[in-house]
Amino acid sequence: MSILVNKDTKVIVQGFTGKEGSFHAEQCLAYGTKIVGGVTPNKGGTEHLGQPVFNTVKEAVASTGATVSMIFVPPVFVADAVMEAADAGIELAVIITEGAPVRDMQAAKAYATKHNMKTIGPNCPGIITAEECKIGIMPGMIFKKGNVGLISKSGTLTYEGANQVCREGFGISTAVGIGGDPIIGLSYKQLLPMFEADPETHAIVMIGEIGGDLEIQAAAYIKEHITKPVVAFIAGQTAPKGKRMGHAGAIISGGAGTAAEKMAALEAAGVKVVVSPSEIGKAIAEVLKK
Amino acid sequence: MNIHEYQAKQIFAKYGVPTPKGLMAESVEQAVENAKVLGGPIWVVKAQIHAGGRGLGGGVKLARSIEEVEKLSREILGMTLITHQTGPEGKLVQKLYIEDGADIKDELYLGVVLDRAREMPVIMASTEGGMAIEDVAHNTPEKIIKIAVDPAIGFQGFHGRELVFGLGITDPNEQKKLISFASKLYKLYMENDAEMIEINPLVKTGSGEFLALDGKMGFDDSALGRHPDIEAMRDISEEDADEREAGEYGLSYVSLDGEIGCMVNGAGLAMGTMDTINYMGGTPANFLDVGGKANAETVAKGFEIILKNPKVKAIFVNIFGGIVRCDRIANGILEATKLVDVHVPVIVRLDGTNAPEAAEILRNANIANVIAATDLADGAAKAVAAAKQAK
Repeated sequence: MSILVNKDTKVIVQGFTGKEGSFHAEQCLAYGTKIVGGVTPNKGGTEHLGQPVFNTVKEAVASTGATVSMIFVPPVFVADAVMEAADAGIELAVIITEGAPVRDMQAAKAYATKHNMKTIGPNCPGIITAEECKIGIMPGMIFKKGNVGLISKSGTLTYEGANQVCREGFGISTAVGIGGDPIIGLSYKQLLPMFEADPETHAIVMIGEIGGDLEIQAAAYIKEHITKPVVAFIAGQTAPKGKRMGHAGAIISGGAGTAAEKMAALEAAGVKVVVSPSEIGKAIAEVLKK
Repeated sequence: MNIHEYQAKQIFAKYGVPTPKGLMAESVEQAVENAKVLGGPIWVVKAQIHAGGRGLGGGVKLARSIEEVEKLSREILGMTLITHQTGPEGKLVQKLYIEDGADIKDELYLGVVLDRAREMPVIMASTEGGMAIEDVAHNTPEKIIKIAVDPAIGFQGFHGRELVFGLGITDPNEQKKLISFASKLYKLYMENDAEMIEINPLVKTGSGEFLALDGKMGFDDSALGRHPDIEAMRDISEEDADEREAGEYGLSYVSLDGEIGCMVNGAGLAMGTMDTINYMGGTPANFLDVGGKANAETVAKGFEIILKNPKVKAIFVNIFGGIVRCDRIANGILEATKLVDVHVPVIVRLDGTNAPEAAEILRNANIANVIAATDLADGAAKAVAAAKQAK
């Protein structure tokens, strides 16, 4: 078991033949992901990486039965690609592209929701079910199979967290990089119940950042509904107020969204909160050895 | 990207959002000229900087004669304005806005921002204009009206009614004017990919007109490509020189007060590294995200920018190589130490793809002040120790 994706998940790639799309699709194929085709307008009928290329997502879905799309198109085409996937009946779109305009994502997310399509990202490393299915740009070799679920806003902290969990002798069931943009797809609150329901997941690592209130919402949800142990780290305790730290999500506005507030809310919900990402592995070892 | 008040008002004017008449000046002479063109009898001399709180900081003053405009312009132009939003170093005033004085009866607040939770723009309004809106939001949240507008339907009549009734505006003529004001503001927010608009205060004049007395606008950087007119409004003198230079090399840099320079890939890990340094008893000197495409040139540039800060006593390079291979980064660091004189200890933690090869490269190079670390905690501890030793 795992959440959202597994060894049988059929995946297509939008922006399949581009430089980024090609490189990462090849890595995913090598990992064992069932990439069954891709979409690049005007290249339909050709073959790429040994898989068929289609002009439209509809054709790709009809021909391959894919349920998930990994999106690598350039930023200004992201909204179009997401809406096309939703329109074609894709169930989950994993949006890797960085720099999509917020207004575009607002419209795309609203359309996806209307069509019951889940989204992950944009501007994220993607999703991986260890040793089964990698849909994204994360280094596959650090994710050993195990019983820890991981949800993170930050890409490199996903790797840091997963690496520590594995070095402590545990492993990852599924890891999801949700991205830190102002508008994102699946968030903590939607992913936590999936991990709660997954018998293979015994503990959850949650990595957040300053800005927004997703972690506060997550804390409220955990308090009410999550019985599995949760370890959390919030990046940006030392970030100065009002300064921007790269991610659009990493903005402190007014009094809301500070690391201190989020850490306090999570602690109050019974979460084991660590003050440095270097403590994630140890904390997981502690909660799982109990 | 942020713009100045006078530029925001140019955009307002384009959309028919009423503002007092005003003209930008870059010299005292020009300010006087502008005052003559506007005609008076009352003018407001306003410092143009990318920060709020200008009035309290002494950057906005009323003039009742041309002579006073000249005197105040001389005072404000070239001054370093310190407000609660500029940081203790303040901002140099290089531009003025000379504006017609308005007959102020009431001061309101009106803004448009993205509500992340509802995933749509929200119009925020309050009768408590002219004050720090964060304080109002914190102490008396009921005094702020929030109206979410779904872009799929746009600004409708009911949004307008919610706004005017919420603000307690009863005169039908005034209601009509404020609804029109807000609908135009929503339109320009959407059409220009704005990140936020804030008008504080929006004033009601004695004759029942609504005027944007101030105007702050920020834009979604990711959308600037489709707005060349907005991009042309960029005032690079308002941006931190080091942050801008870093940006040209694809680096994201923010300077801080501490002693340990940081070079990290990824914004989250960069913040996590700062937090770890702090946890270990040290102080981070900067945030620096080298991004996913770190190479010898960008690493060298990173060292150069970090070392411009004389407080830096050690540098912690913390890279978790995913798709980026660590051996390449190790070589990049060696190259960089040849290009830049790195005179402080450099603690290097390379983990992920090809990490053992990278460790081998650094070991063989045997550079005196390059210290290898095994993981994040080890690296942070070594960096803190090195910085303490340097004192």
